[in-house]
Amino acid sequence: MQQAIHPNQGVISGPAQIAFRNFNFYYGQFLALKNINFEIEKQKVTAFIGPSGCGKSTLLRTINRMYDLYPNQRAEGEILLNSQNLLDPKVDVTTLRARVGMVFQKPTPFPMSIFDNIAFGVSLHENLSRAELEERVEWALVKAALWGEVKDKLNQSGMSLSGGQQQRLCIARGIAVKPEVLLLDEPTSALDPISTSRIEELVIELKNDFTIVIVTHNMQQAARISDYTAYMYLGELVEYGVTDEIFLRPKKKETEDYITGRFG
Amino acid sequence: MNTEAIGMNVSKADSTLVTRKPVSRLGSVIFGGVSTSFAVLALALLAGIIVALTVAAWPAIQAFGPGFLTSPDWNPPAEKFGALIPVYGTLVSSIIALVIAVPVSFGIALFLTELSPLWLRRPLGTAIELLAAVPSIVFGMWGLLVFAPIFGQYIQPLLRATLGELPLVGALFSGPSLGIGLLCAGVILAVMIIPYIASVMRDVFEVTPAMLKESAYGLGCTTWEVMWRVVLPYTKNGVIGGVMLGLGRALGETMAVTFVIGNTNFLNSASLFAPGNSITSALANEFAEAEPGLHTASLMELGLILFVITLIVLILSKLLLLRLSANEGR
Repeated sequence: MQQAIHPNQGVISGPAQIAFRNFNFYYGQFLALKNINFEIEKQKVTAFIGPSGCGKSTLLRTINRMYDLYPNQRAEGEILLNSQNLLDPKVDVTTLRARVGMVFQKPTPFPMSIFDNIAFGVSLHENLSRAELEERVEWALVKAALWGEVKDKLNQSGMSLSGGQQQRLCIARGIAVKPEVLLLDEPTSALDPISTSRIEELVIELKNDFTIVIVTHNMQQAARISDYTAYMYLGELVEYGVTDEIFLRPKKKETEDYITGRFG
Repeated sequence: MNTEAIGMNVSKADSTLVTRKPVSRLGSVIFGGVSTSFAVLALALLAGIIVALTVAAWPAIQAFGPGFLTSPDWNPPAEKFGALIPVYGTLVSSIIALVIAVPVSFGIALFLTELSPLWLRRPLGTAIELLAAVPSIVFGMWGLLVFAPIFGQYIQPLLRATLGELPLVGALFSGPSLGIGLLCAGVILAVMIIPYIASVMRDVFEVTPAMLKESAYGLGCTTWEVMWRVVLPYTKNGVIGGVMLGLGRALGETMAVTFVIGNTNFLNSASLFAPGNSITSALANEFAEAEPGLHTASLMELGLILFVITLIVLILSKLLLLRLSANEGR
């Protein structure tokens, strides 16, 4: 029966990292996400697409409970992270956010050195010696394809880097705490095309280690880098499937209209 | 239809057919000149005040030399003057005020921006701003008539029994509980400058980009870690500006301090309970009856010293900002 009601189950072919079950989300009285049910596969890239205001960023921000910061926002239902319901009030959000990292629309380096930008998050959750910390910072910067550019200026301010470098610094900062999931909220919307393509290459590289969920306005980007795509409209998950299927053979008319540019 | 309309517009707007009016730069020139003269006026005023103070203080500068700063004598009948006690009083009461006001203001600003329920933010913020509108003489009267007796009867004995027992700092909290004195003045000053520092801190915390805060929360920071490690460094210029605004007010505050500091030119212990004097209260108390000559000149020199202290504070705050930027690797 469940299967019939929620056709999005069974889309993924590998183990699920995250699963939404009968999930609703409210801004005050306004129902912003309606009965969301789907699963996100481990160590794959899943893209959320849809027109502005469709709820894709809202959906992303529920996975690390960022909405907790705002008193009038509220969620119902279940989000399972490795089959643990992360909406459970007993779940500690600071630990959750160490497991689910996030990168934002604009680079947000902290007002500290490049080294400290990365070491900061790590030392919140782990007691490492200086040598271990240095090793971790290098590891994260290498992973984020930034090590070569900054290894000689780790003591300089994170704000002295270019926009694209800053965004890779933010990715490095996110992966340095070794999360299981990395959330990317339109990570390239403030970047030039060259920086964008570097970030895209990086995302494909990173899925070997992390489960990646990306919100994007850029449909080509979703097509290039994601394994699964979810099309959202007006707070509903309209269609979810393997990216190639969604872009080449969408099952629903609305999805087709959106990806072919007839709408949105 | 559309293309026709555009075509017509293009032919009308053809540049050969347009007669443009000649460009007038007069307004811009006048505006520039006036703005420049205002800026120059501020500089001229500053220079004028320094010159006037120095000229008026000259007899005292000649008579006492640099010893003026280190002499604790203040004896108008004998024409002996020294600035040590008022300078000490001004600095100590202002430092006490900052030590109390800065953490309290940070707490207020943190509460108002991060923790307070929405409905409480506006009334509480307004209440704090209103505190800044209370005239200083009201603080002085309240300090003398209400606060000082309570302070002397309950709080000073408590401080003496606790902090007074500690090595080193113990000497600061010893001696008789009079109520009024340096510590009392410092506490009243703290109350007076908290609204300034707290509202500046709240304003700069509020303009911190939400995304920056969310990034820190997104790493698993607690509210405290976000504020202390990210928001405070990000807003350090504004915060230090607010603290300097408060310190400037504390250094220059006259009426409230005059009421509660004790106005005595004797100082024979390190205790903060002891009464003292500040530059501004010495000026306020003595100017009216000062004899022309050395007494007036010495008071003028006190004014000049206050000016210099404020200048040094400003310079130190700039240096502090430079150090902080260097620390974050810029």
